Amino acid sequence: MKTAKPLTDSLLYLNGVTVSFDGFKALNELSLIVEEGELRTIIGPNGAGKTTMMDVVTGKTRPDSGEVFFRGTADLSRLEEAEIANLGIGRKFQRPTVFESLTVFENLELALADSRGTWRTLVAQLTPDRRDRIAAILARIGLAENGGQPAGSLSHGQKQWLEIGMLLIHDRSLLLLDEPVAGMTDRETEETAELILELARDRTIVVVEHDMAFVRSLGARVTVLHEGAVLAEGSIDHVQNHPRVIEVYLGR
Amino acid sequence: MSVLRGDQQRSAWRPGFWVGFLTCVGALVLAVPALNFWVPPNSLAALPDYLVPLLGKYLCYALLALSLDLVWGYAGILSLGHGAFFALGGYCMGMYLMRQIGTRGVYGNPLLPDFMVFLNWKELPWFWWGFDHFVYAAVMVVLVPGVLALVFGWLAFRSRVTGVYLSIITQAMTYALMLAFFRNDMGFGGNNGMTDYKDIFGWDVHRPSTRLGLYTASVFALGFGFLLCRYITASKLGRVLQALRDAESRVRFLGYSVTNAKLFVFTLSAVLAGIAGALYVPQVGIINPSEFSPGNSIEIAIWVSVGGRGTLVGAIVGAILVNAAKTWLTGAAPETWLFVLGALFILTTLVFPHGIVGLLRRPRLIPARASAPVPAGEQA
Repeated sequence: MKTAKPLTDSLLYLNGVTVSFDGFKALNELSLIVEEGELRTIIGPNGAGKTTMMDVVTGKTRPDSGEVFFRGTADLSRLEEAEIANLGIGRKFQRPTVFESLTVFENLELALADSRGTWRTLVAQLTPDRRDRIAAILARIGLAENGGQPAGSLSHGQKQWLEIGMLLIHDRSLLLLDEPVAGMTDRETEETAELILELARDRTIVVVEHDMAFVRSLGARVTVLHEGAVLAEGSIDHVQNHPRVIEVYLGR
Repeated sequence: MSVLRGDQQRSAWRPGFWVGFLTCVGALVLAVPALNFWVPPNSLAALPDYLVPLLGKYLCYALLALSLDLVWGYAGILSLGHGAFFALGGYCMGMYLMRQIGTRGVYGNPLLPDFMVFLNWKELPWFWWGFDHFVYAAVMVVLVPGVLALVFGWLAFRSRVTGVYLSIITQAMTYALMLAFFRNDMGFGGNNGMTDYKDIFGWDVHRPSTRLGLYTASVFALGFGFLLCRYITASKLGRVLQALRDAESRVRFLGYSVTNAKLFVFTLSAVLAGIAGALYVPQVGIINPSEFSPGNSIEIAIWVSVGGRGTLVGAIVGAILVNAAKTWLTGAAPETWLFVLGALFILTTLVFPHGIVGLLRRPRLIPARASAPVPAGEQA
């Protein structure tokens, strides 16, 4: 649909989205709305469609049917990954994916909000204020001493943080975090929760997570996915006491 | 400061680099003519005439290797069809040289090259138009490989053909071109190609001074190509290319157009390969379809990996050393050459993966690659 008038006031609007792989429905008529400024956690057993949902929003997977809109006007089901990223949607992958052979500093440099054109990147100069911005983010994610080190030599937890730093530096309006604390120590998990809460003050964040203690520490609205559709939605206590949720997920 | 070390742009153009670069170019430009021209021919230091075009040929190969290193070493695009771009540049130059022969051919036809007279062609085919002018031929040297790379790259990169699949289709491309150029009715001399050149810009191609001129042009072309590749790899685009080599889909999610970035370097690389081919042809005196053979393109990848890929200097060093070894060994013990070439490739893969340049550099300067570079995010 190419209407200029917003369909909805919501930041992210999924309606009846279906994605199937060889007959298996990863998403089955999924409808989900995320409002501007919200912090939302999404839980669900393996294969519930959490990662597929993120793939659809970021343009990696095209839905078979259904509508996906950002700010009510941008039809995400028709845009390329790079175009979606430039609308202000950032994503952190399940497995930390940093650019291993580049330094930590250079990883952040690529994530800076800056022109993305091929020609512009050829002539781009790193100005002092951008350098300061990178230094500030390095300090914020606890990697101030590691700027010149190849990202491939970081520990698992440090890579997760670098990836969050790469989302931070770009000032995106919507962040999708796929299992941000996977493989982290308890201490790192706590620090990550604090960081996410701080980030959530001025942007919208959707977190997909398995770790219930972590989800509880975020204290946000929870959506439970099951077999590609929403099973329940509400506060963590509401969801944990929901009989269907206990049956399919928490009860196992 | 650890943060400053992350800045490649500054360190790429530090004064020490310019001193080294100008010393190398100066030595190549001055030493060869001096030893060839002014040293008495019977002295030990004298450079015999036949070595000048041989050295020039190595420099053309070095430029070709450099062009492959730009796409393979940095962007991770292993093109096994770069020999095709080299050969196309060479054919454009060959056509210019054929038109320069004029009435001095065996059949003395002022318009048609000998092979066309032999095949009973009555007039010059349309695609030979303009090749009697050097400027037109020079433009074609850039345009023909460039446009082919642009169209081929656009189709391949837009459809996200990567890795070994891309390598295979580039092999198919050069093989198809080889079969086409073997045909007599294509109008490019078929099997025999084009040879028996007389002069270039009115100078006899066999004269020592012309050969020195061509050699010097090759030095400058290589120097210019090196600076251009260094500029690109030290720029932010260079970091984008290295990033997409590590994790292509992650680069897309950062908002960069992977297709455009790849298309840009692939096309530029093909143009450099074409220029290398154009300089190669007058120095070796022939161009024929065997330049398109798939094996030739694979050999370029071996030069680059022996020298050290992703270093630019390594490509130049590798191309020159491997070809010097080839010249010597194919004279001394011809039947062993292919075994040596194969062994070199296995050795560089297993024992010194960073090539000669990697062996010379202090170990800590080599980026520590965490295990195998699995394209993370591709599977997620």
